[in-house]
Amino acid sequence: MTSADTPIRILIAKPGLDGHDRGAKVLARGLRDEGFEVIYTGLRQTPEMIADAAEQEDVDVVGLSILSGAHMALLPKTVQLLRERGMDDVLVAAGGIIPDADVTKLKEVGVAEIFGPGTSIGEIARYFREHVRREA
Amino acid sequence: MSDLAAELASGARRPLARLLTRIENGDPTVRPLLPELFAAGRDAHVIGITGPPGSGKSTLVNALIGEWRRRGRRVGILAVDPSSPYTRGAILGDRIRMMDHAADRDVFMRSMASRGELGGVAATTWIAAAALDAAGYDPVLVETVGAGQSEVEVARLAETTVVVEVPEMGDEVQAIKAGLLEIADLIAVNKGDRPGADRAARQLRAMLSTAGGRVERKPPPVMVTTATTGEGVAALADAIDAHRSQARSPLAARERAANQVRRALADLAARRAVSAGAWEATVQAVADRELDPLTAAEHLLDR
Repeated sequence: MTSADTPIRILIAKPGLDGHDRGAKVLARGLRDEGFEVIYTGLRQTPEMIADAAEQEDVDVVGLSILSGAHMALLPKTVQLLRERGMDDVLVAAGGIIPDADVTKLKEVGVAEIFGPGTSIGEIARYFREHVRREA
Repeated sequence: MSDLAAELASGARRPLARLLTRIENGDPTVRPLLPELFAAGRDAHVIGITGPPGSGKSTLVNALIGEWRRRGRRVGILAVDPSSPYTRGAILGDRIRMMDHAADRDVFMRSMASRGELGGVAATTWIAAAALDAAGYDPVLVETVGAGQSEVEVARLAETTVVVEVPEMGDEVQAIKAGLLEIADLIAVNKGDRPGADRAARQLRAMLSTAGGRVERKPPPVMVTTATTGEGVAALADAIDAHRSQARSPLAARERAANQVRRALADLAARRAVSAGAWEATVQAVADRELDPLTAAEHLLDR
């Protein structure tokens, strides 16, 4: 088996104090149906917990669902911790309610893409398939 | 000590995580590492935890991790969840219940999808367990849903198998049916705070003491646990630790080795037969009823 035909592994996490996980669960289920292996960690994760989990699980993608408004604090911190752990090729994406002005700033610090309300699961899956980088 | 063994022994988590991915993917670079990986093993106690969905396995594992951490042990966990046979996708949700230990550097947890490829998860978990062993984790827990043959097989490769049940598991006849309970070295009746837990445990003990089992085998101890409160968890950890020496009796070690070699043999034969090129035609011949499955297998093996 080559790395090209093994399922993409994604960690889906909800950082911070935000109890709304319906979106994360719908996405987890949808990506499962798209053939992804989805590691779901549940609510109220600190950036440290997310980075530690991503490291042990050796995922291709970290997907962060955030609706609390604390994205400018939590997302850059998560990216930074992932990079500190040597996970430079891990794709970090976010979903939730994030103002356009913040989107630009988040992309500057290494969040690859931000999916707003109304994005279809098919679009998200396609994006990950096209952008996941794997070492040969 | 080789580079890989030294790297694993250093406690660095990234090289271990990358190695586990290669093992999971059946990467050909893993094969030459196997002898070294086994030589580098430090004799970790490999424990299988299985039981029906919703019986509280992950929560119980979470509580057990806490107990062993208090005893100064570094704990490795392989948590296996099923892959969809249709899309190959999977939801791996065992971390949700184990977040108590998310930031503990002496706990390494890896979720694995069963993938349903040739040999399935049983073909790769024993190698993954050896990797955790070489990295200094002891015990190594392998958690699977006890729903299918391959999961039962994972448990059989472990040195100590804990079957987790719930008080509502059914009547006495369920206890003497073949299957899950038969592979148990220890049984935990979890959710012990529910009514009927003690009665269920008593019934299990009564039935298991009258039933025969594997050769030279005492009936497995039945313990009541409440994973959410920690009640009974220390006693379960004690019983698991105590079983270690029993699992290493010459007879038990030989039985396990036979299972491992049989498993490896079946995987190897299947892989070679498939890669020999006649797989599709032979399968089609069986579908067209031109060949019976056994003759087909003989053809493939003889190529």
